[in-house]
Amino acid sequence: MNEVVTAKAPELDFDTPQLKRYRNIRAMKDKIAKVSIAAGGVSVIVAVTLIFFYLLYEVMPLFKSAEVEQVAEYALPTEGKTAFLAVEEQGEKALRLTVDGNVTFINTADGSLDSQSRLPIPEGVTVTSVNEGAAGSRTLAVGLSNGSVLVFKHDYNITWPDNKRLITPQLVFPYGEEPIILDKENGQPIKSVTLRDNGDFLIIIGATQDNTLKASYFEKSENFLTGDVTLEESDIVMPSINGEIISMQLTPDTRWLYVATGNGKLDMYDLKDREQPDLNARVDAVTPGSKVVDMRFLLGGISLLVANDQGEIVQWFPVRDVENQFHLEAVRKFTVEGGQITQLGIEERRKGFYAVTAAGELGLYNSTAEREALFEQLVDKKISIATLAPRANFLLFETTDGRLNFWKVENEHPDVSWSALWSEVWYEGYEEPDYVWQSSAATNDFEPKYSLMPLAFGTLKAAFYAMLIAMPLAICGALYTAHFMSPTLRRKVKPAIELMEALPTVILGFLAGLFFAPFMEANLPGVFAVLFLMPIGIVLFGFFWSNLPQSFRLVIPDGWEAALLIPVVLLIGWLSFLASPGLETALFDGDMRSWLTNTVGIDFDQRNALVVGAAMGFAVIPTIFSITEDAVFSVPKHLTYGSLALGATPWQTMVRVVLPTASPGIFSAVMIGLGRAVGETMIVLMATGNTPIMDMNIFEGMRTLAANIAVEMPESEVGSSHFRILFLAAFVLFLFTFVVNTLAEFVRQRLRNKYSVI
Amino acid sequence: MRVSVKEWTAKGDPWVWLNAGAVAISLVMVLGLLSLIAVRGLSHFWPHSIMEADYVGDDGKVSLMIGEVVESEEVPAEQLRHSGVDVPEGAEFLNRLLIKTGNRDVLGFDFRWILEKKIRDRRQPGDLMAIERREWGNFYGYLEDVKESGEVVASGPQAWDEFQQRIERTLDLHDQIYDIEKHQIGSVNYTLERLRLKERRLELNGKKTPQAMADIEAERAEEDQIYQSLQQQLSELYTQINRDSITARAMNGNVIDIPLAKVVRAFQPNNMDLFEKIGFYFVKVWEFISDDPREANTEGGIFPAIYGTVLMVIIMSVIVTPLGVVAAVYLREYAHQGAMTRIIRIAVNNLAGVPSIVYGVFGLGFFIYFIGSNIDQALYPEALPSPTFGTPGLMWASITLAILTLPVVIVATEEGLARIPRSMREGSLALGATKAETLWRVVIPMASPAMMTGVILAIARAAGEVAPLMLVGVVKLAPSLPLDGNYPYLHLDQKFMHLGFHIYDVGFQSPNVEAARPLVYATALLLVAVIALLNLSAVAIRNRLREKYKALEM
Repeated sequence: MNEVVTAKAPELDFDTPQLKRYRNIRAMKDKIAKVSIAAGGVSVIVAVTLIFFYLLYEVMPLFKSAEVEQVAEYALPTEGKTAFLAVEEQGEKALRLTVDGNVTFINTADGSLDSQSRLPIPEGVTVTSVNEGAAGSRTLAVGLSNGSVLVFKHDYNITWPDNKRLITPQLVFPYGEEPIILDKENGQPIKSVTLRDNGDFLIIIGATQDNTLKASYFEKSENFLTGDVTLEESDIVMPSINGEIISMQLTPDTRWLYVATGNGKLDMYDLKDREQPDLNARVDAVTPGSKVVDMRFLLGGISLLVANDQGEIVQWFPVRDVENQFHLEAVRKFTVEGGQITQLGIEERRKGFYAVTAAGELGLYNSTAEREALFEQLVDKKISIATLAPRANFLLFETTDGRLNFWKVENEHPDVSWSALWSEVWYEGYEEPDYVWQSSAATNDFEPKYSLMPLAFGTLKAAFYAMLIAMPLAICGALYTAHFMSPTLRRKVKPAIELMEALPTVILGFLAGLFFAPFMEANLPGVFAVLFLMPIGIVLFGFFWSNLPQSFRLVIPDGWEAALLIPVVLLIGWLSFLASPGLETALFDGDMRSWLTNTVGIDFDQRNALVVGAAMGFAVIPTIFSITEDAVFSVPKHLTYGSLALGATPWQTMVRVVLPTASPGIFSAVMIGLGRAVGETMIVLMATGNTPIMDMNIFEGMRTLAANIAVEMPESEVGSSHFRILFLAAFVLFLFTFVVNTLAEFVRQRLRNKYSVI
Repeated sequence: MRVSVKEWTAKGDPWVWLNAGAVAISLVMVLGLLSLIAVRGLSHFWPHSIMEADYVGDDGKVSLMIGEVVESEEVPAEQLRHSGVDVPEGAEFLNRLLIKTGNRDVLGFDFRWILEKKIRDRRQPGDLMAIERREWGNFYGYLEDVKESGEVVASGPQAWDEFQQRIERTLDLHDQIYDIEKHQIGSVNYTLERLRLKERRLELNGKKTPQAMADIEAERAEEDQIYQSLQQQLSELYTQINRDSITARAMNGNVIDIPLAKVVRAFQPNNMDLFEKIGFYFVKVWEFISDDPREANTEGGIFPAIYGTVLMVIIMSVIVTPLGVVAAVYLREYAHQGAMTRIIRIAVNNLAGVPSIVYGVFGLGFFIYFIGSNIDQALYPEALPSPTFGTPGLMWASITLAILTLPVVIVATEEGLARIPRSMREGSLALGATKAETLWRVVIPMASPAMMTGVILAIARAAGEVAPLMLVGVVKLAPSLPLDGNYPYLHLDQKFMHLGFHIYDVGFQSPNVEAARPLVYATALLLVAVIALLNLSAVAIRNRLREKYKALEM
């Protein structure tokens, strides 16, 4: 047997080309998986953080300053001193009225002449003053040197030949081409003029060179067939003014006449009685000693802006006092650095205004927001006259060296500022500064009130009442469930309460609004009886049970007290509501609601904070319960056993050992619950009246940030200030909940570390 | 053994009892709420008997009162005296009844509160009938005659059977009309609209050749022809359906004509026995689930809302599952486990707590106004200025909710991945598997219960969420379903109806809240049932799969 048996290693060649290829493919697959999962994962996370940046991106423009940029500069197209400038809607054409009565329309892009005409005034008569009627009416009253006034309107026809916009300017004379003579006796030049047309009548007031006021009052009647307007003059008596008249303005309702005089005084006359004008108030319009330079109405004709020669602009408006009397109030003051204001002007669509100065500066302001959106030196020459396009996106001005400048203005959100959002603001027509949220109204010259305070207050109010109801129930319940309850029962109770969390809030809101609110209104004494009787009843039952004979007591094992109490709770609830009408008759004259309103003086809404608190408390209970329960349950057992072994009662162990250990967890549970209550939308939307009021009264409703978004977002114009403020509200909610939750999470993590040490 | 008060309080037992009480109260609240919804929601479909009684008015006049008793409550007499009702001295409480009198067309209102003492001689005559109508709500009263083309064909006792037979016939006709109007004509209109857009598109691209136009015109003519013939069929059906009518007497003695075309069903609840009532009950439940809403959503079914909710949730889960799983796998398996990952984990976790309305605002601003309007400009210029995707719709709603529920899926999946023992992965790697293979063959199968749970919880959350949807796509009444027989079948740009929003809308924006209330309870019950079912199945699936992989976990 010489055969040699050699132990041969099994022939396994790992390096056959086939296996190599297979390995390569696997390695490649691994790499592809790695790259694609990493890419996918990162992009999902990036997409999620996008929410934060997108909200920020939508909010940022609110706080951006305005910007201006020169478009063109050119020489005046015609001779003569400029009396008035205006730009039309699209910013393509501009009107220039000269002192000698020439009207030219120019193309704003290059200063070329579009058309030219002369006002129908006699030779030698010059324009001495110009005033625009209502903002945006394009109706001008021109005071002439012969004591008369001509009214005309600049109109623009838009046609689309060859799909290109063509704007044709024209002059219209709504009250005829004949000037209206104001100063019939002396024919003195009109140095200041104002005009109001409220549909039924027309009133023109002029101040002559010798500082007397002259007025014409016309009843209007329109011929239905031809549309011609005929004017019928009737009398109106003007007050006599002491001192030099600088400027004057008439309110749109033609009731109040404001006259600024040379000594810095502002007179307010009541013209209600046309026979007998009444001086209502005389105030120092500007700092005593300074002179009034210009005076304008803000959009809407309620607020009056008065500028002086020291660069101050004061906003005045009449305020109604307790006796229903109007008196003028200096509401805000803006200071223009540099000082020498040459002209004031207003925006036609917003409560904004601008001032130009002798140093060639431009200031853009907003009254409600009390904000200087821009202050910039545009040229190094004196700006003599300026005008803002109706959309406030172009500025045309003339410098003293006879050149016209056309600038682009970007000023999207001047009406928003920190103070407008979070401080008390004195709105037009209000008696005092206040927090108001009112984002829209029927009229165009409405002052939007964007104070987030009532909404933030409402949010916290709702959350407060919700936490007031949820916290005791959830925390106490969790303590019991985790520490005292028998494990069998615990396994059933915990999922049941956690199932509450999955309950859609729309259902809670619907039940709160349509079931609980009317139920509570009808059984108000019962609701309070439950709050009062429930703890007493439970404790009494507990005492009673502890005194039962042991044989009976031991039928129910330890840790089943909660199950035992369910019938008790039901019974107490039932008894309370049964007694509700009786209580109402005995204590509250049969009607608690009217008793509250009449005797105690508390307003009562059916859908109020109590309803919201109960419904939202219900929504928050499972969140707090579940986290607290976890925190208490994971307190290391040797701690409790140690305490019990030393002779402490279960409750002492609970309070002295378990609670301190678990308190960070409970804190984070409360935080997360608060986050949920603050952001909840549907419940508050359905269970309150959604009125943005600031009142801690438990029987009144509120409007929260979240509900406000749900109500107003769909109607908000994209890109408007309102739209962005709603985004800001969402951003605030986002940040608030995010910070609160992060805080809670950190506390929880530290707690977990602590447990691992113990 | 007696316990003294002092001893008892010293031990701290009252506090324990109070804590136990908190649990008991919470449980009573949950169960009470669920049973409230269940009782109110389920009783809506039951054929309640109709009461007839004599009503004594304030002036002593006696009139007939017919209707269903909906609610009864006790009011303090004082409260009534305040509101100017004449209440006899000595009475402390009075019973007040809410009667559904129906007959809105005759009486002007369909609900009425009356004091119980003002009615007497309550009875339930068998031949009192209730008619559900397509407009004006229910009718309660007595059947007089059945008419065909204005001629009386039956009256008296035979009238009822004749009436029922004719209702069957009218309902059949009504179904035909519905099919033609909704589906066939709807489809024709849809095709015509598509042709218009096609033409406009050719025009925009400068390819509007006579050849192409002729094709479009030919198709259009074809559709027009179909439309004409459908129109003809319709007018025939309409003459047929308008043939029959009945006359009936209402509680104020008025005899009115009710065309059968307006009748959904008629029944005599006082004559029904228990089995008939149960049968009726299920018919009504089926109608509720499968029918379109009628009368501004206050009657009929909620099928479109169920359909919309389900479709939206399905699209959402198709989007959220892969995204959530990939992100979780990346975070747990591939990313470097450092401070950055921890921060990201906390951030993702916290996103689950961000209010849902914020997601709605984000969806509206980013998806609809930003991405949507860009899509419109790039892909659907022919439809402008009316937006296609630049307006709230099904797709944006699904995506918004997918982002809203993403944290839920990520967190659940991550938890699942974290639970897998390290040894499993190491074993696989030691055998020569690559990381991807380990992941695919070992880790993911074991983590699948967690993923499943995450997805189901996400679905449950999405199904109940309303606030963001109000901004990104739901409507109170959608004209057509977002998935139908018209190309491209799934209309992602359409608005849809949703159960949760339906509850809000019908309960709070409806003109006749009282009439709509039972329907809202029924809808709420359905929604609660669906969501509870989803949650319970999440738990069940988790437990089952956990059981299956228990051996591996050691």
